[in-house]
Amino acid sequence: MHELVVISGKGGTGKTSIVASLAVLVDGAVLADCDVEAADLDLILTPTVQRRERFYSGHLAVIRGDSCLACGDCMEYCRFAAVHTNGADHGAAPYWIDPLACEGCGTCVRFCPVEAIDFADRYSGEWFVSDTRHGPLVHARLRTGEGNSGKLVATVRNEAKRIAAEQHRQVIIIDGPPGIGCPVIASLTGTSLALVVTEPTPSGQHDLERILDLTRHFDIPAAVCVNKWDLNPFMTEQIERRASEQSATVAGRVRYDSEVTSAQMQGRAMVEIECTAADDIRVLWRNLARIASTQGVRLERTSDAVGIA
Amino acid sequence: MRIAVASGKGGTGKTTVAVALAQVIAGRTRLLDCDVEAPNCHLFLRPNGVETETVGIPVPQVDAAKCTACGDCGQFCEFNAIVSFKTEPLLFPELCHGCGGCMKVCPEGAIREVDRPIGVIEHGDCGGVELVQGRLNVGEALAPPLVRAVKAYACANGVTIVDSPAGTSCTMIEAVRECDYVVMVTEPTPFGLRDLKLAVGAVRVLRIPFGVVVNRVGIGDGRVNEYCHSQNIPLLLEIADDRHIAEAYSRGETIIGAVPAMRSTFAQLFHRVESECHHA
Repeated sequence: MHELVVISGKGGTGKTSIVASLAVLVDGAVLADCDVEAADLDLILTPTVQRRERFYSGHLAVIRGDSCLACGDCMEYCRFAAVHTNGADHGAAPYWIDPLACEGCGTCVRFCPVEAIDFADRYSGEWFVSDTRHGPLVHARLRTGEGNSGKLVATVRNEAKRIAAEQHRQVIIIDGPPGIGCPVIASLTGTSLALVVTEPTPSGQHDLERILDLTRHFDIPAAVCVNKWDLNPFMTEQIERRASEQSATVAGRVRYDSEVTSAQMQGRAMVEIECTAADDIRVLWRNLARIASTQGVRLERTSDAVGIA
Repeated sequence: MRIAVASGKGGTGKTTVAVALAQVIAGRTRLLDCDVEAPNCHLFLRPNGVETETVGIPVPQVDAAKCTACGDCGQFCEFNAIVSFKTEPLLFPELCHGCGGCMKVCPEGAIREVDRPIGVIEHGDCGGVELVQGRLNVGEALAPPLVRAVKAYACANGVTIVDSPAGTSCTMIEAVRECDYVVMVTEPTPFGLRDLKLAVGAVRVLRIPFGVVVNRVGIGDGRVNEYCHSQNIPLLLEIADDRHIAEAYSRGETIIGAVPAMRSTFAQLFHRVESECHHA
C-alpha cells in the first residue's frame, strides 16, 4: 500500500483541484482529505456519507462556578491567558476559562485548591467515511479554533489505510493542508511520495523552498508541479531549477485555464471536462507514476496501462 | 486600531490586501505577518536593515541528582513531552507546549526550564511600513507561541495590520484574537464560499466585527455576494479578476505598484474599515 500526499507550502495553489483529477485518473484509490480545517474535496466528489464519528482529543478545563473560591490561582498558573475573571465578588462565576485559549495542559486543574475545575474530554471535530463516484473518501472537520489537528489528520490517514487493506486497494491519495506546521507534518510523515503544487510567484517559490526542506527533513521523496505556469514562464523555470537543486523531481506544469473554475462550479474534476489544463494533468499523472516507480512505488496497476480511466 | 486580514481558504489574496492596506497608511502603521508557516509579506515589501531575534518556548530540563524517579511529571504531562515509568524522565521537547506544569508538580524541585527555539522574528522598515514577521523553523509543529510573540509587537498608537494564516484552527484564532476588525478575503468560487463560511464562524465566536473583500470577481458566480447579503455581512470591496494583476504579483509587484489606481481603492477600504470599527 502506498500513500501519495499532495501538499503546498502556500495555500490556494490548486492542491484540491489536482487531487480531484488524480482521483479520477488513478484506478482504485482510497482518498483522504487531510485539510481538516478547510476540507473542500467533497465539493467536487459529492460524497454520500456512510459513517460519521466524533473526534475527541485532549481535555478542556472548565471551572465550576459554584465550587470556585475565587482565589485566582488558576489565572496565575495559566501561561496561555485562558483564564478570565468577572471580579472576585461576582457570585456565580468569578473566574472562567476561554475554551479557544485553553491548551488543555491541566495545570490549573491540578493546582486548584478546592478541585473546582473539570477536565473533560475535548470534542474537537468529526470525521466521515463516504462513497464517491471515484472510490471511498475519508474526510474530517476540525471544530473552530481547535488544536490537535495533527491527531485528526492521523485518524483520517489510519482509517484510509484500514479501508485500503480491507478492500485491497493499493494507493491512498492524500489532499494535504497548506503550510509546514502540525497538520502538514502529520499528513506527510511516512508517505511514499509527496507531490508539491506551487505557482510561479515569489510566494510560491519561497513557500516551496520551505516545504521541500520539510520533505527532506522527513526523508520523503518529492515531486513538484508548477500550476498556472504560463503566468510567468521565467519564474517557472527558476522554480523548477531550484526544486531540482533541492533534490525534488519536476513532475509537470499545468496551464492557467479559466475552465478550472468552471469545473469547480460544476462540481467536476478538471479531467472530467474538456480543457487544456486537463491535458496537462494527464501528463502530470503519467510522469508522477514514472517518478514513483523509480522510488519503488507503483501507483498504477500495470506499467503499460498507466491506470488512466 | 488592529485590523486582521484573514480567510478560510489559502491563496485568496490575504497578503495582497494586507500589504496594500499598510501601504496606503504608511508612516503610521506596523504590519505583523502572522502567517509564520509561510510568511510572504517581505517578498513584496522588501524591507531594509532586517534584524532577527530568536523566539523559543520554555521546556523542561531535569536535574538527575535531584530526581527520585517518582514519575509525577510524566503522569501529569498531557502532551507526552515528559515520560517517566518510575524512571528518570525521558524528554520529548518538540511535543512540549511550555505550560510549566511538570516543573510545578515535581516534589523535588528537580525540573527547571530552558528555552527551546521554535522560530525567529524579523523586523525591517519598508518605506514607512514597519514589517514584523514570524518565521517558524522547518520541522516545528507548534505555530501559536510564535504567533503570540509576533502579536506582542502590535503598536500602542497607530494602526496594526495583521496578516493571518489561512484556516480556522488555533493558529488562525491566535492571529485574529484581540483585533478590532477582521477583513476577510475570499474568491467567488465554491471553495471560496465554503471556506468563507468557516472563517465567518470562527470570527463570530470571537465576536469581532468583520467584512468581506471578494477578490478575482468574474471567475465564478454571485453566491458569495448573496451569502454576505443574506447574513448582513458588509461587502467592503470587490477586486476584478485581472490577468495583469496576477502577472504583476508573479513578478513580486504589489497591487498598488501594478495598478496605481488601486491606491485610492485601498485608501477607501481603510476608511471604510475605520468607520465600521467606530460603529461597532
